[in-house]
Parts: sequence; structure tokens; C-alpha cells
Amino acid sequence: MLQITEGSHAVAEAVKLCRPQVVSAYPITPQTHIVERLAEMVADGDLNGEYICVESEFSALSSCVGASAAGSRVYSATTSQGLAFMAEVVFNAAGMRLPIVMTIANRALGAPLNIWNDQQDSIFLRDSGWMQIYGEDAQEAMDLHFIAYKLAERHDVLLPCFVCLDGFIVSHTFEPVDIPSQKEIDEFLPAFNPLHRLDAKNPMSFGMYATPDCYQEFRYEINAAMIRAKAAYREIAAEFKAKFGRDYTGLVEGYRLEDAETAIVAMGSICGTAKDAIDEMRDAGEKVGLLKIRSFRPFPSEEVRTALKGVKNIAVIEKNISIGSRMLGAVGLEVKDAVYKDSPNIFSYVGGLGGRDIRKRDIKQIVQWAKEGRNDCFFGLREELLK
Amino acid sequence: MTGNTEKENVSVDYFESGHRACGGCGPALAGKLIARAAGPNTIIVASTGCMEVFSTPYPETAWKTPWIHSLFQNAAAVASGVEASLKRQGRDEKVIVIAGDGATFDIGMLCISGMFERGHDVTYICYDNEAYMNTGIQRSGATPFDASTTTSPAGKLSNGNSRPKKDIPAILAAHGSPYVATTSIATPKDLMDKVKRALSIKGPCYIQVHAPCCTGWGFDGCKTMELGRLALNSGLWVNYEMVNGVVEKVKKVKRIPVDDYLKAQKRFRHLYRPQENKDEIAKIQAIADSNAQKYGIDIPVKK
Repeated sequence: MLQITEGSHAVAEAVKLCRPQVVSAYPITPQTHIVERLAEMVADGDLNGEYICVESEFSALSSCVGASAAGSRVYSATTSQGLAFMAEVVFNAAGMRLPIVMTIANRALGAPLNIWNDQQDSIFLRDSGWMQIYGEDAQEAMDLHFIAYKLAERHDVLLPCFVCLDGFIVSHTFEPVDIPSQKEIDEFLPAFNPLHRLDAKNPMSFGMYATPDCYQEFRYEINAAMIRAKAAYREIAAEFKAKFGRDYTGLVEGYRLEDAETAIVAMGSICGTAKDAIDEMRDAGEKVGLLKIRSFRPFPSEEVRTALKGVKNIAVIEKNISIGSRMLGAVGLEVKDAVYKDSPNIFSYVGGLGGRDIRKRDIKQIVQWAKEGRNDCFFGLREELLK
Repeated sequence: MTGNTEKENVSVDYFESGHRACGGCGPALAGKLIARAAGPNTIIVASTGCMEVFSTPYPETAWKTPWIHSLFQNAAAVASGVEASLKRQGRDEKVIVIAGDGATFDIGMLCISGMFERGHDVTYICYDNEAYMNTGIQRSGATPFDASTTTSPAGKLSNGNSRPKKDIPAILAAHGSPYVATTSIATPKDLMDKVKRALSIKGPCYIQVHAPCCTGWGFDGCKTMELGRLALNSGLWVNYEMVNGVVEKVKKVKRIPVDDYLKAQKRFRHLYRPQENKDEIAKIQAIADSNAQKYGIDIPVKK
């Protein structure tokens, strides 16, 4: 049954349905509504778990490491500065192969301090070994949590996962959301079955150091698991579709790409605006489509190449900037790598940083720029501030 | 099979020999005594540091109880998560943190404060060898006044570390910890008794173990216990227990001059060569005198 729900509350409902035994989080805008709702659920006995009110994001993820290693399904949520503060633990959790699921309510990183949306925060941890999947709206953000736990906990994956949603744009917006029942989720997502856990009856050492003799093999194995996660994701999303009817089976998702000459590539909530802009441009006779990147890690290069086959101009909308990189955006670099053999025109257009709105007319302008071959650049810059 | 075999096979040690510590390592002895006191139904959370490195080079481990290391500064937070998980699962293993003084006094302070304030049922044990020994003897907040380390070297303008040791036990007692204790590898029974007592008390407990480091302090590895005793007897280290913030039991000693302790270590050599620096030694003696008065460690001399 559809309910009108705030994006954050949809995420909290999803987390509750996943039955985490330990939730550990530190409040930070715009993640707060998620963790406040979870705290209420624990206080009312609706969520049967421990809620650890930690003193920092660093401890939030560190306590998740301990609880996950001890054999519990765990959850945290953060964003931006909080994610940056826990960055050391982010790498550590992946290296220890702990299937932690953490929501990222995407937000800009300072300085200057800014609480509004872009995707710089999760993208700067692209090399950490965490999977990163991006929801476009509240429904998708919610559903990806069910898939994320099942994926992370699979013994042939065992990698932690960020479920990303755009801060404020999705987290603080009310939308109709179809919330599954506990019974349905219990059938889809069985209880956590750790491959190893801290246990006095079967003592093991976790998190030992590795010398040059064996360190590299650990890193190889993390990467191999990330590659395996692609097929595992598809299987799990197919199972989800069969049960719930909503289709997230692609690591990417095309929209009106058939016969498209120009394609927008984007992640997150901007895809909704892009679809509307594309519909209008299609009505005006323009051959335009969208490729939505749902999974940034693992990055689905083959799917990207297949989906963009025959497209002449590719415009990647970047809500991030890889400062010092010629192409400017981190997503564009990946897309370019995926399609370079087909030699389309491909450009990164950086915009919407720090919460600046990206409107339909911006997307139409970007399409125009890509058709004109305008090089990688910012869009929507206020030139008067740069004098 | 003899009648004794069964008894011999029952090991009381959950921290095995064969690890890679220096000969005469104080922290290694601390680890052995802690693990022996705690017994098998224990999960140990370690910080990065000497003990972690010498006991767990993959794929070898010296630990026979479950053991986890994540990072340098987060052992208290990891332990918080382990404890919360065990509680939720209805399991009864005890959770112990074993961390060095750098991890405890300096970089881990935030996580420790959080763990104690939240009241997790964890016993946090700091093996205090008074500097960052694993990275090559750099100064920490636990380094004593005037000790020469690689980042607080004695020199023409320096007498070594310019600040006194931070009072972590008082800080954690102020968090409302039900049990805070100091002990030494030189008093093994006291150490083990305090570990057992801390584990029997619900809530976040803290034990600080004086663990002389032959490599970092500059003494022969066969004298580790003697150095521990000299620290106690000089009054520069005091063994005590604080229950709910009140000092209860204190180890009393017949005090010796701090000279006897200082002269035995290269880290204080600059106070005696090229000539004796009486002013600085007097300052260190004043620290011992102040400890003696504060904790009442002096055994009264019968007249």
C-alpha cells in the first residue's frame, strides 16, 4: 500500500524491516531524520536492537566494525563531514570484509561549509572497497537497502555497502512509497549468517597485520569480490523484482536511449529531472536519452558500453569534482573508460554543487553543449562572483 | 599416559609464547597476565601498537581467545560494538580492550571518553610503557617529565619531555567509572587480581599497567621486573584502586630516592651526564613526593 512518507522515514522503515541488531550513528544534517526515526523505533520497541549513541562518526563506524565482527547485522548512516571523519574506518571495514550497510544522505564537503546536496562525499571514497549504490527517489532508496544487506552478506561478496540518496532532495521530500511487510522482507532477507565471528567457543584473530609477503593478495581478493558483486547484485535484484515487482535489476538503467544521438549520464535524484527534460526534448524531435548509473562501485563498465552503443554525444552530469583532473568529474572518467573504444564525444559537466538546483533548462543546455562538442566544464556558474 | 598428563594439558595461558616481542618486554608479560586472569570466555579488542604487532603477524597469532584489531585509536569504540552485539545475542563473553599508552592517552581519547560515558560493560586495560615504542620511542601524553624520547630529545636547550604524565585514571573516574585501578607487571598477583575484579564489576572499568620497555627506556631486558619495582618504590608509579571515584587500596612502600630509578635507564641519562643536573632531579623527586602525599604510600618508619 502506498504511503506518503519522507525519504528519510522510508529509509528508516527499510532499516527496521531488515532487523539490524545494532544501530550506531552520530547526527549530521541531512542524515538526522533517519537516525531520529530509528531511535524512536528502538524507544518504542518497534525495532528490537541496540542503538548506540556514539560521540562521533568515527566511533559510529568503529562500533559497527566490532558489532559486525561479533556476529550482528549492523547499520549506520552519515554524510559529508561525518563520512570524511570516519574515512579511516571506511577502508578498514572493507578490508576486514564486514558486511555493514550505511546510508549516505549525499552532501557537499567543506570548505566552505555547506549542508546541501552533491555527491562529493561518497565519491571521494570510491577506492575504499565499499559498494556504492544510488537511489533516485524515496522508493528506490528504500528498496536498495533490502538488496544491499542481502548483497553485502553473501559469502561470495562480504563487502560493506553505501546506499546513497541525495540529501534534502530525497531525504527531506515527501513521496508516495510502497512499504513492504515484515513477512515479505523476512522471506527475502534471512537472518545474518556470518562466515566468521568473534566467538569464545571457536576463537579466531581478526584484523591482523599483513607484511609485503601477503598484503597484496588481500587487496586482490577485495577487488575480486567487488567484481563478483556485479552478478550477485543482478541475481538479488531479479529476486527482488519477482517478489515485489519493482525493477532494479540493472547496475545501470537506460531511459529513451533507443536511437538516441545524445545521452545524459547521471546518478541519483537528478535522473528524475533529466527524464522530464528528455521527454520534452523528445517531443521537440531531439534524439536524447538518459543512462542512470545505479551502481558506482562496482562500476558496470560493460553495461555502460552496451547501453551507450551508437550514441554520438555523451554528457555526464557530475555532482562532484575531481580537482586537478582534466576531465573534472569522477563519473565521467569511468564512463569514458567504458566507452572509449566506440569513440563517442564524451564530456563531464560539473554542476549542482553544494545544493544548487539543476533545472530542466540546465539539462537541455547541457545536451546542447554536448552536441556542440563543448569541452568538460562547469555549468550554471555565476560569472559575476568570479570577477 | 601418566596421571599428570591431563593436568599438564590444561593450559592457563591464552596468550602463547613464540610471539615476536623483544626479550624482557614488559607489555608481553602484561598481555600474558591479563589473558591468564581473564580466562577463555573473553573477547579481546586491541589497538594498533607493539602488542598488536608482535602478537599477530598474519597468519600467526599468539592469542587463544577471540581477538580483534581494527585501528590505532578506535579500540574503545570497537569494544562498544562488540559488547552491544553480545548483549543483543544474549552471549556472556567478557570484553577487554588492551591498548598502549599512545592509543589511550592521546589518539584514542575521544573513543574512550564515549565508551565510558555511555557505560559499556567493557574493561579497558592500558599497557603503559610511556611512549610510542612501536614507531620508535616517540613522546606520548604518558611520557614522564624529563624523559628523553626521539621527539622530546634531551639537548643543549632541552631536558627531555617538558610536561608531566597525564592523569588518565582521574579523567576516567570523573566519567563515573565504577572501577579504576593502576598496577604494574612487577606486581603480577596484584595485576591479575585487578583484572578479575574489573571483570566482575558491571560497567566501564579501567586498569593502567606500568609496563617497562627495555628497548625504549634503555635498560637490560633481564631487569624489567626490577625497573617496575624501582618505579613503585620511588613513588614515581603508584598502585591504587578507585571505586566509584574514591581511592581505596594503595600499595605502600619504603620509599627510595628517585635517583635509583632514573639512573637505571638511558632515557634519563642526560640528567647525570656530563654532570648531575640537581635542579631537574629535584623536580622529579618533587613529583614522587607529591604522589606519596596524595596517595599516602609511605610506610611509617618506627622510631
